[in-house]
Amino acid sequence: FAAPAVEVPQATPVAVFKLTADFREDSSPNKVNLGVGAYRTDDNQPWVLPVVKKVERMIVEDQSLNHEYLPILGLPEFRSSASKIALGDDSLAILENRVGGVQCLGGTGALKIGAEFLRRWYYGYNNTATPVYVSAPTWENHNGVFADAGFQDIRPYKYWNAEKRSLDLAGFLGDLESAPEHSIFVMHACAHNPTGIDPTPEEWKQIAEVMKRRNLFPFFDSAYQGFASGSLEKDAWAVRYFVSQGFELFCAQSFSKNFGLYNERVGNLTIVAKDNENLTRVLSQMEKIVRTIWSNPPSQGARVVALTLNSPELFAEWQENVKTMADRVLLMRAQLKAKLQALGTPGTWDHITQQIGMFSFTGLTPHQVEYLSKEKHIYLMASGRINMCGLTTKNIDYVAESIHEAVSTVQ
Amino acid sequence: THADMGYSFVSLSCVALCLEHQREDGHALVPPLIWKIKQQISTDPTLHADFAPALGLPEFTRRATELALGRECRAVVENRVLGIQTVGCTGAVRLGAQLLRCWYNRSTGWRGPVYIPSPFYAVFQAAGLPDVRQYRCWEAGQWAASEGHVLEDLRAAPEQAVVVLCATAYCPVATDLSQKHWKHLAHVLERRKLFPFFLMLGQGLCLGDPEQDAWPLRHCVSLGLELFCAQSFSHSFGLYGERVGHLLLVLKQNTLLLALQSQAESAVRSLWSRPATLGARVVATVLSNPANLAEWREGVRSAAERCVLIRERLREKLRLLGAPGSWDHLTQQGGLYCCTGLSAEQVAFLAKSRHVYLCNMDYVAESIHLALTSPL
Repeated sequence: FAAPAVEVPQATPVAVFKLTADFREDSSPNKVNLGVGAYRTDDNQPWVLPVVKKVERMIVEDQSLNHEYLPILGLPEFRSSASKIALGDDSLAILENRVGGVQCLGGTGALKIGAEFLRRWYYGYNNTATPVYVSAPTWENHNGVFADAGFQDIRPYKYWNAEKRSLDLAGFLGDLESAPEHSIFVMHACAHNPTGIDPTPEEWKQIAEVMKRRNLFPFFDSAYQGFASGSLEKDAWAVRYFVSQGFELFCAQSFSKNFGLYNERVGNLTIVAKDNENLTRVLSQMEKIVRTIWSNPPSQGARVVALTLNSPELFAEWQENVKTMADRVLLMRAQLKAKLQALGTPGTWDHITQQIGMFSFTGLTPHQVEYLSKEKHIYLMASGRINMCGLTTKNIDYVAESIHEAVSTVQ
Repeated sequence: THADMGYSFVSLSCVALCLEHQREDGHALVPPLIWKIKQQISTDPTLHADFAPALGLPEFTRRATELALGRECRAVVENRVLGIQTVGCTGAVRLGAQLLRCWYNRSTGWRGPVYIPSPFYAVFQAAGLPDVRQYRCWEAGQWAASEGHVLEDLRAAPEQAVVVLCATAYCPVATDLSQKHWKHLAHVLERRKLFPFFLMLGQGLCLGDPEQDAWPLRHCVSLGLELFCAQSFSHSFGLYGERVGHLLLVLKQNTLLLALQSQAESAVRSLWSRPATLGARVVATVLSNPANLAEWREGVRSAAERCVLIRERLREKLRLLGAPGSWDHLTQQGGLYCCTGLSAEQVAFLAKSRHVYLCNMDYVAESIHLALTSPL
């Protein structure tokens, strides 16, 4: 590294990290952080789910637990219960023994393992030219993960209609029709990040029809199951529909948000294969990939999730905790829209309650976003994305008034 | 479990006996200190579950760096050291390999070679460094580290090559060299402009003293060498399942530190985004509290002592049984593994017919004796 001729350039800072840093340095008592992607209570505090606290204590007290390395693919009872949560108790694919899971380091880890596998084994051997489509816009790390896995052709598919603040279905379907066969499509299972706009079931059916016809590979990113609508089934509808249509697919699941286990990195890559023989071969290759990145995954978070999902009482308690979070978000959405409308803020604000999940694409322009951070100490992404969890009953009036000001005075 | 860890003995036929603390059912014990701290953590109302920073918990990386390099390390004082929490030692090696692939000798388009005697070669290859080469570290037939072979192979390595070295005799095929040997090795590294990538697993468990175990690493740092070190806390803290690892980067100039840090953040973002926190919290709690630290030190000291006793007992038992061959190498080797020098068939016999995985030394000795004296 030391040779003077070599320069290590500063990497582009990750936008959301920078936002958090700017917020932290701001000394204004009114400051509001609408940037970070984690749940906050009405007191603006992180929330350890009561069921999680209970289970963590159970784990520590359990003398019979094995403290050794987990198997390479992870805790077996975690993998099976995680896949079951995604695909449903009555999933035929599970019954037919063609569903497997790989415990990974959060949703990112699951995307990473899936991407590495696909680059090596999908549609030929080491076919780095296979196009990977990500939504426009999408979670910015999608690009990074697939690029680092070796894919050379990562393209956007139309998704967000900025003018109408809705799904650009025609554009999406058009891109599906024109995509080269066997392309990989990364889709958000629910609570699209950053727009909050999901296809309706009818729209998903249309999407699936084209993908089937054109042999396109679905790679779902499911980071908000249960958190989006409060219902696990509803939030998994799209994934389950695709499975019922006979697709082979991957689903990267994150339990960071719906278990509040951000710090323990709990994720699962669910694999739906054509048959059990294929599944076995896929899993053996997954093992090889895992061994070159983290060898075997951390046990704590997986144990918490597995114990919770596999116990009827704990499972019920968890569903209630999840609903608590989802309900608070829905309340903030309703209140923000109501206040903006009451203030007579220019524009329409229906999209705030039409969108779902943690995030809302407000439609604020970069200048308006800048105004909010500089003049009002309210921090949000330059794209206009806000995290509804950053809103509380205490700051919502201030935020609504500030948005009103920004929209009225700045283009 | 060790097969799971990907240990492969490419040119050697030997069985590694794991000499760690075990319960009756064969599973690893959790040290009482660790259990106590985990309890504290699970009932601590001030701890939240938010994401850790991408490069890890600062309190952990600070203590992990201090454990490896010591409190008065000049490189730390001169701000030339970066510490990154990783997912186990494998994660540290993977991240280090990726950073080398992208940023080491960038102007020459360097892609290797990497000299590695131990099982992480697949990790380097997956990180985009396919030119992985072995160097000899054993005296075949004697099952002892061979300084001569190591130096010979490294003297022949091209300049700028990366050399993976085990700082502690934990890896089954680690170089188990004396301080004098390490000084020679460091001299070769310096002269040949080779880049050391240390693996430090089980610090404290080999010589019973973390400082002594870290001596090879600290010696190289004191010479002003630039290097990486992948640390694992699995064995010294009984935290296997928690995947606590640390990548230490020691640079020649501190002007590159911030840029390298930003590149590391970018790399981590596509690997695992942020590390898991429980294990790191436990380690930080041990290392930052004087009473905990003293208890931990005592624990590793007695574990190391126990390993020495087990080696002696195994050797003695084999002698009493009249097992063919010389078994002095069992007590001459250090660390938590011992290579017995058995052939591949003898190893298979142990596994299949005698189910030897457990640490019941009498049974192990008898089994080895059988392997050597029965028709297989």
